[in-house]
Amino acid sequence: MQQAEKTMVENNWIDVGQVSDIPKLGARVVRTKDGDIAVFRTADDEVFALRDQCPHKGGPLSQGIVHGKRVACPLHDWKIHLDSGLAVAPDEGCAARFPVSVEDGRILLSLTPDEGCPNSNAPKV
Amino acid sequence: MKQRLVLIGNGMAGVRTLEELLKLAPDRYDITVFGAEPYGNYNRILLSPVLAGEKTIEQIMLNDEQWYVDNGITLHEGKQVTAIDRTKRIVRAADGTEEKYDRLILATGSMPFIIPIPGKDLPGVVAFRDIQDVDRMLAAASGKGHAVVIGGGLLGLEAANGLLKQGMRVSVVHLLDTLMEKQLDKPAAGLLKRSLEERGLNFLMGAQTEAILGKDKVEAVRFKDGLEIPADLVVMAVGIRPNAELAKQVGLHCERGVVVNDTMQTFDPRVYAVGECVQHRGDTYGLVAPLFEQAKVCANHLAELGYARYEGSVTSTKLKVTGIDLFSAGDFQGDDSTEEMVLQDPGRGVYKKVVVKDNRIQGAVMYGDTIDGSWYFQLMRDNTDISGFRDNLLFGQAHLGDSGHGDDNRVAAMADSAEICGCNGVCKGDIVKAISDKRLFTLDEVRAHTKASSSCGSCTGLVEALLAHTLGGEYSQTPSKKPLCPCTEHNHDELRTAIRAEGLKSVRAVMDHLNWKTEDGCPKCRPALNYYLLCQWPGEYKDDNQSRFINERVHANIQKDGTYSVIPRMWGGETTPKELMAIAQIAEKWNVPTVHVTGGQRIDLLGIKKEDLPGIWGDLSEAGFVSGHAYGKAIRTVKTCVGKTWCRFGTQDSTQMGIDLEKLTWGSWTPHKFKLAVSGCPRNCAEATIKDFGVVCVDSGYELHVGGNGGVKVRATDFLCHVKTEDEVKEYCAAFLQLYREEAHYLERTAPWVERVGLAYIKDRVVEDAENRAALAERFGLSQQFAQVDPWKARAEGLDAHEYSPLKRVG
Repeated sequence: MQQAEKTMVENNWIDVGQVSDIPKLGARVVRTKDGDIAVFRTADDEVFALRDQCPHKGGPLSQGIVHGKRVACPLHDWKIHLDSGLAVAPDEGCAARFPVSVEDGRILLSLTPDEGCPNSNAPKV
Repeated sequence: MKQRLVLIGNGMAGVRTLEELLKLAPDRYDITVFGAEPYGNYNRILLSPVLAGEKTIEQIMLNDEQWYVDNGITLHEGKQVTAIDRTKRIVRAADGTEEKYDRLILATGSMPFIIPIPGKDLPGVVAFRDIQDVDRMLAAASGKGHAVVIGGGLLGLEAANGLLKQGMRVSVVHLLDTLMEKQLDKPAAGLLKRSLEERGLNFLMGAQTEAILGKDKVEAVRFKDGLEIPADLVVMAVGIRPNAELAKQVGLHCERGVVVNDTMQTFDPRVYAVGECVQHRGDTYGLVAPLFEQAKVCANHLAELGYARYEGSVTSTKLKVTGIDLFSAGDFQGDDSTEEMVLQDPGRGVYKKVVVKDNRIQGAVMYGDTIDGSWYFQLMRDNTDISGFRDNLLFGQAHLGDSGHGDDNRVAAMADSAEICGCNGVCKGDIVKAISDKRLFTLDEVRAHTKASSSCGSCTGLVEALLAHTLGGEYSQTPSKKPLCPCTEHNHDELRTAIRAEGLKSVRAVMDHLNWKTEDGCPKCRPALNYYLLCQWPGEYKDDNQSRFINERVHANIQKDGTYSVIPRMWGGETTPKELMAIAQIAEKWNVPTVHVTGGQRIDLLGIKKEDLPGIWGDLSEAGFVSGHAYGKAIRTVKTCVGKTWCRFGTQDSTQMGIDLEKLTWGSWTPHKFKLAVSGCPRNCAEATIKDFGVVCVDSGYELHVGGNGGVKVRATDFLCHVKTEDEVKEYCAAFLQLYREEAHYLERTAPWVERVGLAYIKDRVVEDAENRAALAERFGLSQQFAQVDPWKARAEGLDAHEYSPLKRVG
């Protein structure tokens, strides 16, 4: 195994594909044994990753309409900030955020969620 | 270099024009404002509550001085413009201040009308127009005493009420024998007078003021008949007239006001005028709503967009006297050509009159119970044909049973624990608390904070009534002209017009051209725009997947656990053993956990994982099925009975008719879901009279019915017409459907659409006008050429594969 790749694996980072694999203003899912992670792409090609579970009733955020830096949950239309995982006020709640970076058009995703999301264990449905 | 824009008149109309302009073209102009009053811009209509002590000046300021600074606007406060050099394009104020302009807006407002009688200039005689007048009245009121208000119109009564609240004894003098004769008819005016008398106001009706008496200040008022009454304060509130003095002086064409065209331009194309100083198509306006409409149009042209037109306003009036409910709009007096519908209940102090001509509302006046004022006003503005609900019109919208429209008293009487919103479980107490704690003013805010009325919307009326009840006079309803969503100023109709007229052919183009306020819209506007574009440019517009709600994007219905349901089309609700066996085998092969029969005579396969969708569709496609579009704002199902083939009562072959209609219409996208049914006889087993388009077969042919639905608000169809042949059924169906596709608002079902535009209009377009019917049907046919492609087969063959597979699997 290459050294760089090894470090990535140790930090739980993986290469999940190209930015162009995700439609603009869309999302795709990375399926892990701990649950799905939604990877979003905005109009200007910023990439964000959140636990694919709405803090409201666990809806799959990856299936929602992306607008600006927000996504609307397909089940009950809660809006979630892509950059923080927080629900847009006045709703309250949080979807866990996963570190993500783009290098040469490839998306690198960490499978360890950021801390600081009080409700990251959204109710399982 | 930027162009220079000068505004003369720092009032509501002028400043609103600037606000609208800054939204559209923030950097186009260097802006300078001249205001004769030494304040920022305040809400003049709220001077009455200030006088009554219910509000302070600070509370009615709209734009404080900081606002001008923040927007880079030069404000000359307290400087009256006295000259305009239109050749050199220079504006000059009384103190010598000069400003050059490239474009000029006149918003000089109006002047109080002062009756030319002896004593009119005595100290203690005031008008009711600005903050200074209010200050003078408040000063006079502090000594208590007796106030005489000349004028029993809107302004006079509000002044009288305010002075009464300040502790003065108040007499209102009115020339005529009816109060507010421009807004009220006699019975309503009588009720108003009685109620104001109960509060302690004294009235002198039919009294002509001859002189105001006094030496150094006001002491008394004398009337034509010789009567004299003592007075410590006299308020002249007999009316206002446009202030066009400056415009006249500089040679602009004026009649009663400054004459403008539909783009708010005066006869000098560099000079615009808005507000009360304006005369447009012969009318002048003194209410705020028309002024704001003018401001919007003027800003549109100053921003050089050039598509807005002001076509005059229909206005309505509400009296801002706490505890008195009064509403009037339009022509409420009526004449020989109109009919009057009147409801009078003296016990409850309720009076309602609606004036109707050719089944269209011309005007309304209401006293005591005004909850339906905005509804009548909307019907009047939209010119809706009311024949369908004429017999219930006076009892109000609640009585139509179509929207749960509550009334103020009803919500007031409810317990805090009463559930208002059944979808989201929100009680009255929650809503009231949110309104007062979080200072919510609009329906949208209440929806955002409490979720009440944000789902099915049937409790919208109750929530609005709660807002009105909780906020009192602060709540203002804004009928019609609602923007599509907060991303834009434009409403549905304006957007459709712009798409058509400007040849806009993508979501991006619409947003760019119409100055969208957000980068890429929101989940409300994007799907709407996508639909409007698709409908306008069939075959040409490329569907924008990302502007589709998930169900339409992946052609299946998302369920609460994130799985999907799959409903294949079964033409006319008829199937065969072979088809059923195919479905059974496919369901077993894919381990479908639940198979359910739907209300639209289809078989629903539930619990399908997203990745499995293309596979199951491939199998269904091979067995001859196409998508049932059960997930879309689209043609859903045609439900039928077995008809005369089997039924002893059947009059026609309703099943075949249903199959034919479904083959004709399937695949079409519509503003909202669209359901059809064909019943073989008037027993109506296919429930055709609660469908968007229903056919009831009769011995002599087919009865066509439109605008029905089951669901939250059940609405039975309206009878459209009777036709004789199958071909006619198809043509009428296509024409009706196309009219709905082209003219309804996105997410508006046929029922509210038919109610909004009126059945008569639809009959005009579809039944009476054969040429138009044929044209509509032809446009529908054209659009179907591109729409009738099975989305399931295409996806089974690999289209949009990224939708159905994860980006990556880990571990």
